[in-house]
Amino acid sequence: MAALDGMTIIALGLPFIAALVAPALVRRLGHNAAWVLALFPFFVFVRFLEFLPEVSAGSAITGGFQWVPSYNVSFSWFIDGLSLIFALLISGIGTLIVFYTGGYLKGHAQLGRFYSFIFLFMGAMLGLVISDSFLMLFVYWELTSITSFLLIGFDHGREASRRSALQALVVTGLGGLSLMAGLLVVWNITGVTQLSLLVNLGDEVRASPFYLMALILLLGGAFTKSAQFPFHFWLPNAMEAPTPVSAYLHSATMVKAGVYLVMRMNPAFGDTVAWETILPVFGGTTLIVGSLLAIRQTDLKLMLAYTTVSSLGLMVMMTGFGSEHAAAAGVLYLIAHSMFKGAFFMLAGNIDHEAGTRDITKLGGLRKLMPISFLAAMAAAFSMGGLPPFFGFLSKEEIYYGLWHADPWSIFMTVVAIVGNGLMFVVGFAIAIKPFLGREVKTPKHAHEAPLLMWIGPATLATGGLLAAVFSPIFHQYVSSPMVSAVSGEAEEVTISLVPHIGMPLLLSLVTIVFAVLVYLKVDSARSAIAATLTAIGWGPDKGFDQFVSGMVRLSRRVTKIAQPGQLDIYMTVTFAAVAVTLLAPMIIFDELPAMPAWPADAEIHELAVILIAFIGLGAVIAAKDRLTAIVSLGIQGFAVALIFMLFGAPDLSFTQFMVETLSVVILALVMTRLRLTLSDHRPTGQKIGDATVAIACGAGFMLYLLAVTEVPFRSYLSDFFIAYSKVIAHGANVVNVIIVDFRGTDTLGEIAVVMVTGLAILSLIRVRPGWKPGMLAENDPDAPTEEKK
Amino acid sequence: MAATSSHSVDLSQAMNVDPTPLADWLVVMPVVWCLLAGAILLMLRKRTELQASIGIVALVGLCLLDAALLWRVLEEGPFTMVMGRWLPPFGIAFTVDLLGAFFTMTSGLVALAAGIFGRDDVDSTGRRYGFYPFLLLLMAGVSGAFLTGDVFNLYVWFEVLLISSFGLLVLGSEREQIDGATKYAFLNLVGTTLFLVATGYLYGLFGTLNMADILIKAPELRQTAPLMTLVCLYLLAFAMKAAAFPVNFWLPASYHTPKLVVSGLFGGLLTKIGIYALLRVLVMLFPIERAELGWVIAVLAAGTMLLGVLGALAQNDTRRAVGFLVISGIGMMLAGIALGSPSGLAGAILYAAHSMVVMTAIYFAAGIGGRVSGSFLLSRSGGIYPSHLVLAFATLALFLSMAGLPPFSGLWPKVMLVKAALDVGEWWLAGAILVTGFLTTITVGRIWALAYWKPRAADAEPLDPASQKVPMTSVIGLGMLTVLTVVFGLWPEPLIAISQDAARGLIDTSSFVLSVFPGEVPQ
Repeated sequence: MAALDGMTIIALGLPFIAALVAPALVRRLGHNAAWVLALFPFFVFVRFLEFLPEVSAGSAITGGFQWVPSYNVSFSWFIDGLSLIFALLISGIGTLIVFYTGGYLKGHAQLGRFYSFIFLFMGAMLGLVISDSFLMLFVYWELTSITSFLLIGFDHGREASRRSALQALVVTGLGGLSLMAGLLVVWNITGVTQLSLLVNLGDEVRASPFYLMALILLLGGAFTKSAQFPFHFWLPNAMEAPTPVSAYLHSATMVKAGVYLVMRMNPAFGDTVAWETILPVFGGTTLIVGSLLAIRQTDLKLMLAYTTVSSLGLMVMMTGFGSEHAAAAGVLYLIAHSMFKGAFFMLAGNIDHEAGTRDITKLGGLRKLMPISFLAAMAAAFSMGGLPPFFGFLSKEEIYYGLWHADPWSIFMTVVAIVGNGLMFVVGFAIAIKPFLGREVKTPKHAHEAPLLMWIGPATLATGGLLAAVFSPIFHQYVSSPMVSAVSGEAEEVTISLVPHIGMPLLLSLVTIVFAVLVYLKVDSARSAIAATLTAIGWGPDKGFDQFVSGMVRLSRRVTKIAQPGQLDIYMTVTFAAVAVTLLAPMIIFDELPAMPAWPADAEIHELAVILIAFIGLGAVIAAKDRLTAIVSLGIQGFAVALIFMLFGAPDLSFTQFMVETLSVVILALVMTRLRLTLSDHRPTGQKIGDATVAIACGAGFMLYLLAVTEVPFRSYLSDFFIAYSKVIAHGANVVNVIIVDFRGTDTLGEIAVVMVTGLAILSLIRVRPGWKPGMLAENDPDAPTEEKK
Repeated sequence: MAATSSHSVDLSQAMNVDPTPLADWLVVMPVVWCLLAGAILLMLRKRTELQASIGIVALVGLCLLDAALLWRVLEEGPFTMVMGRWLPPFGIAFTVDLLGAFFTMTSGLVALAAGIFGRDDVDSTGRRYGFYPFLLLLMAGVSGAFLTGDVFNLYVWFEVLLISSFGLLVLGSEREQIDGATKYAFLNLVGTTLFLVATGYLYGLFGTLNMADILIKAPELRQTAPLMTLVCLYLLAFAMKAAAFPVNFWLPASYHTPKLVVSGLFGGLLTKIGIYALLRVLVMLFPIERAELGWVIAVLAAGTMLLGVLGALAQNDTRRAVGFLVISGIGMMLAGIALGSPSGLAGAILYAAHSMVVMTAIYFAAGIGGRVSGSFLLSRSGGIYPSHLVLAFATLALFLSMAGLPPFSGLWPKVMLVKAALDVGEWWLAGAILVTGFLTTITVGRIWALAYWKPRAADAEPLDPASQKVPMTSVIGLGMLTVLTVVFGLWPEPLIAISQDAARGLIDTSSFVLSVFPGEVPQ
């Protein structure tokens, strides 16, 4: 393990520190705290930027320390191209989001708390992408789910927010458990606990019989987090969160954690039939479903949310396609998407904030009022649509390079990509054109350009998309190529540039654009067609989630009603049945039944008589018509047992038994008469038989096992010792007494405590009356003042 | 040995002739201290204004003694003191190993939190009728159970803690409480009686009650004696104590009825005594028989965890829901016992310590939450998040810890248990643990969204302003436990190391036996 690098630790800790100081800072500076708070992520950005030369030269940076040495868990990071670019996106876009939040939530009473949550998330996300150790990855992974839960439910007074927050927690929580299981399986089959070691063990992983299991479990984590169909439904619902959250967590960063995981797994898990089937199928489905659902929406944020779903599908599909350019295409698209989608969300927030609505049908003609936002939106739409001179164009070209091959599977996937890309093109331009161009529409608020804090983010990201494309050789050298190399597990160089090469990819781009324009012209009828289809289906995973949760609650109510009916007699019956099974089953299964004892030929007549009396008592209990007779008859049996103790030389025991029997009969009789029970037993015959069976089985079990135990020769060295030393050392002639007060005096001490505590418990039962005011004494308390007595 | 005068007896045949070293007294000190403090508190029963101060000071003292004990065991390994200086196995031996010391320490901290929390939670009537004496005597029983090296003596401490818990349970005499206490008393007495009967059989077979002595005799006796039935009987008795499926009825029937500080104490400590006894008797004394029963325990474990969490999901009353979550956690620990491997046992031990702290704290938090929102019912409470932010976040932390999510202490034992199950190919058990974690997440997320996030109903009766102020003692009691779960979530190393060593001590018992019989050749 490389040396402990203090600066990196600080960079990892900075967001958490920011989370601590944010509320105080906001209290003092109001929304202007954004300018100070943005320094935290900016410092992190700069810190990671310093790694760029080294990483782009092909080496990875590692460091950390032993976290839980006893469990072989380290806190260690592994920063290669993939981690580094993610870290830069998180801290870079994070900086812009901090600005944006200051403008968007200006004057909000809980702005400080909001910042805290955002920074907690940032810290978690940063940790996630640089984690080397499995468990560290898992810890940060779950932290992003928890912070996302808090952020989606930020507006906690609304039912929809709470529902969406819980839904996100449940879906991503399910994925988290799947991820944990997957990581533990990988740990088991490879013996390594670090991602940096895992990437070199591809052959071992792929050859393992548990490969498929590990793969499915890990993908379960990735697919829920990255909203792949059919787990996509939580993401559009997460739009209940304030817009900065949508822009940051639910488009640019957190939802890409799943894609990150898939890309990270690629060197070890990729290049198999399973990998190259599961990923394109799920990714492709998600792409189509997401883009179709996006067309149907009229809320700007929901349109964007569904295109995020489809974009994530595209990334997963490309990562798993397995051809030469496919992984690079996934990487380029991921970078492009982070920029244009982050910008788009912030712009949607600007429109909502300034015009008072984000329903696309109620917007129009904002370009003069909000010129900067308009320009940024057009830039984002160009990139999203894959048009030059923006970075989205490069990624689109690379996608078609990767997909286009002359086999049916490739052609099919190409068509999927064209449809998905085309539909996203439509949505992107709908958002960039419809609210801004055309006739000015009266909006709930009179629109102005958003304040500096709110346009600086989208403008920067939109410009970034342009610059990255224009200076693509440099950008590829430092950003794209290292990241692609990390994903594919071997050094690769990305060369795609704005200069178009005549060929199939360019042609496919043109096809996409033509398709998109056609759809755009008919977008309203497309929208109603999709809506009609969905109504006809009438069911979706979102509804399924509700059915699942309410079904679980109903199921658990039913189970609990059976398992916990609330009646003591049922509890007692089950308990004694368990006792009977516990005694009889092992005796039979493990062959521990006693040999039948021989008839005691030397039994004296008076001994037999006593046993006979016991049986008579027992018979009388059963035959008794009323309870009092039964109680007294029980006493007969007890006294007979006491006599047997006496006859066989245990006078102490015998006396105790006499006392206990007498007292039990008296107490039972007293209690029974006070309880106002019916005089006789009214159980139906069926229940009587059942109860009798349990009782007889328990009795038989205890007896049989006692016989079995007594058949083992008794080792009397303890009693021999007690007899030998009771008089000479402990000075007591009665061995039983000496055992009680000396040899085992500690037991007696405990029993004395029991008696004392019982007394106190009874006192409180007698004296304390329910519903009494504090400090009031019971009327039968000797210390109670006399005036309180009646 | 028919000597007429004691002067002619060779004492060294029967006793340790040298006085017990002072340092060895440490092993009985937690029990002695609690009994003494309990007695003093009982004598000063009517000075209700002094009860809390004396009780809290006594519990601080207990924690210091527990810490010293744990420190010594970590430094020097297990040690033994025999009562009355009789030679073992004739006198009662107290033997502490790492498992006992670790659990004693954790239970001491939980009791201290309860003592502090109880200062304002228990009114003067409750104090007059024995809250603090019951608490201290309960701790005498708990500590005695963790520290004794004698099976019958273990039973005695079980009785002490059972009757003390009964006293705490009925304190207040509300109708609901009496109903709960009746079920609690009946079902627990059956369990305790089974333990006694089993111990009678054990004595009949082994002729000894000393644990180390049993360890020595077991290999020979195993050839002939019917041990399986005995071990099954112990399994049932302790499973009842631990509230395992299908003999868990008493817990949901009673835990929501007493004062919340009492529920917290019970939820944290009592069921874990059953788990401890399973570890001590089944795992340590009868490992071969336990292995034979591994699949039975695994089925019980899965049943317990799933039934528990489903029960929690069904509840509308937070206190009842937490009661079912206690049961669900018992299933987790049983899973570790079912696996029986060092890693599984370590997971179970760590889970037990985590659960002692977290379950107590959750009851505390739910209690404060119910008070400030006016109801324990999910359908009627709400609005805690805006009015009591810190409480809401503390509760969320505890809930997530319960669900086994990072960065809280619940994560680690869950990971250890799942890994241990996967290591031996018990996929379904690992799956059951994960599904339980998932359902727990749904349960606690739902409770938090409904009771904390959701605003109170507009037509709800107005809250008493006096109830909105949370007493400082409640904050401290809840705070110290919450801090523990966060700290040990972030820095679990010491606890994981202790759990692993404690688990090893249960499997390789030579140092335990040697501390009782120094001359014995380890098996």
